[in-house]
Amino acid sequence: MSALSHVPGPTGGTADPQTASDGGEERRGLTGYLLMVPGTVWLLLFFLVPLVTLVSSSLYDPSGSFATGYSMTWHFQNYTDALSEYGPTFVRSFLYALSATVACLLLGFPLAYAIALKAGRWRNLMLVAVIAPFFTSFLLRTLSWKLLLGDDSWVVNALQAVPLVPDDLRLLATPAAVITGLTYNFLPFMVLPLYASLEKLDVRLVEAANDLYASPFTAFRLVTLPLAMPGVVAGTLLTFIPSAGDFINSELLGNPRTRMIGNDINDLFQASVLPTASALSVMLMAAIVVLVAVYVRRSGTDELV
Amino acid sequence: MSAVRGWLGRHAVLIFGLIVLAYLCTPIVVVVLMSFNDPASRLGYDFDGFTLDNWTSICDPYQMCSSVGKSIQIGLLATALATVLGALMSFAMVRHHFRGRSASNVLIFLPMASPEVVLGSSLLALFVNAGYAGQLGFTTIFIAHVMFCLSFVVITVKARLAGLDPRLEQAAADLYATEWQTFWRVTFPLVLPGIVSAALLSFSLSFDDFIITNLTSGQTVTFPMYVWGAAQRGVPMQVNVIGTIMFVLALSLVVGGSLLRRVREAPARG
Repeated sequence: MSALSHVPGPTGGTADPQTASDGGEERRGLTGYLLMVPGTVWLLLFFLVPLVTLVSSSLYDPSGSFATGYSMTWHFQNYTDALSEYGPTFVRSFLYALSATVACLLLGFPLAYAIALKAGRWRNLMLVAVIAPFFTSFLLRTLSWKLLLGDDSWVVNALQAVPLVPDDLRLLATPAAVITGLTYNFLPFMVLPLYASLEKLDVRLVEAANDLYASPFTAFRLVTLPLAMPGVVAGTLLTFIPSAGDFINSELLGNPRTRMIGNDINDLFQASVLPTASALSVMLMAAIVVLVAVYVRRSGTDELV
Repeated sequence: MSAVRGWLGRHAVLIFGLIVLAYLCTPIVVVVLMSFNDPASRLGYDFDGFTLDNWTSICDPYQMCSSVGKSIQIGLLATALATVLGALMSFAMVRHHFRGRSASNVLIFLPMASPEVVLGSSLLALFVNAGYAGQLGFTTIFIAHVMFCLSFVVITVKARLAGLDPRLEQAAADLYATEWQTFWRVTFPLVLPGIVSAALLSFSLSFDDFIITNLTSGQTVTFPMYVWGAAQRGVPMQVNVIGTIMFVLALSLVVGGSLLRRVREAPARG
């Protein structure tokens, strides 16, 4: 099953495909193929073929332009050139994405736990509050962090009042602002799969651990957390992947030294530097695929694809 | 004192959760608040004073309302096609046998697992190579939106379809309904809520998309593209009016939908 099958639909409920598909009988014949064809063709033409084109474009001679066209010269040097120029940006993007993912997990787990096990009759209301940010524009919400983190905002003033925090603290246009924005924007993608896992948790297992003299911490580590693992894996992937490629937060909340790889890919494409931009894009995709593969293997869940 | 501490201890997770929810919802409050803002300068993004002017002059900023119109048009068209194609695929995947099922699963899953900037840039590479670099616009945005909405439609409808009790369809067949009658009178009405939520999801994904649209749009300006452009040169407060209207509409749809479901399902539970 896909990682996203853990995400409840907009109205809340999730069905468990594994148990349900056992009951239905599968029909043989041509109909299945006919139903699959239109969507599959669309995905092949506008997802897979473009990916292949992206790879081949990354090997074009870099002297061409959108207007004059490009020639295929198997110019592998595009990759080494791109890496030497944008390597640090790559590292920075992955560090920001990693920080945002960890922050999402630390904030999202208690929230998902509270909704699944502590909220009682407020559960649906809290779930609506989790998806409420999606009801309005991503860009407008990110812009509002510009106001919230601005130099004279109540957030900054409140933090400055805390002892040990310097009086000239700035948040806007710092890495902290970019990571705050990323964390904020992708937090629901962490909370929803975690909630879907924790909702299925049998509380009696935790009680049994307590009865057997496990401390609350041990019970959490040995019972709750392993049972929530599919949600943790799905949630971290769903926050890490979009964060690594994002450039909206760094553009609106950061400064030129907080640029992420998405900024460069986008700017290079807009400036019609096709080969370098394609090479960067291919490397981003490859890096993510490798990281995800290693992560999924090490976390030992077979729930993904 | 110790009673207070005990209460806090028992509810610590819930309290922390509510603080995180506040973090999630504060920006929405800011968007609503800013729709009533009377800005002192075009370049700042601060609340300077209360006014209703933004609400009475929504369409004053140049190109803003036309960009909203464009987003609605693209959203409706892309949603219509993605919902149809995706629903067909989910029926095939849950109810029919065909070869290449796991390859199809990967093909549907991958677009959701790819960063948007990669999806957008590979489409742009395709369009440039096909000689359409000069003709980017409505059509290319539409193509891109159908592509990324499709996967979300498939997983949403599939979940609903897989959750159906197969005995309902067997009962219809036992009562001499033809396959066609069973589909339209039993299966389809039961799956419809899943299709509706898939359509709502894909409209909101399409309406709100910036990264992919930005790479495939050429000169066409959608609402997110308009906000992005405005962010560079000073944001007119009317964008927050649009944001507030979106929020109220979406919230009433979701709340209304779940109330409707509750009313409908109440008698069934007896």
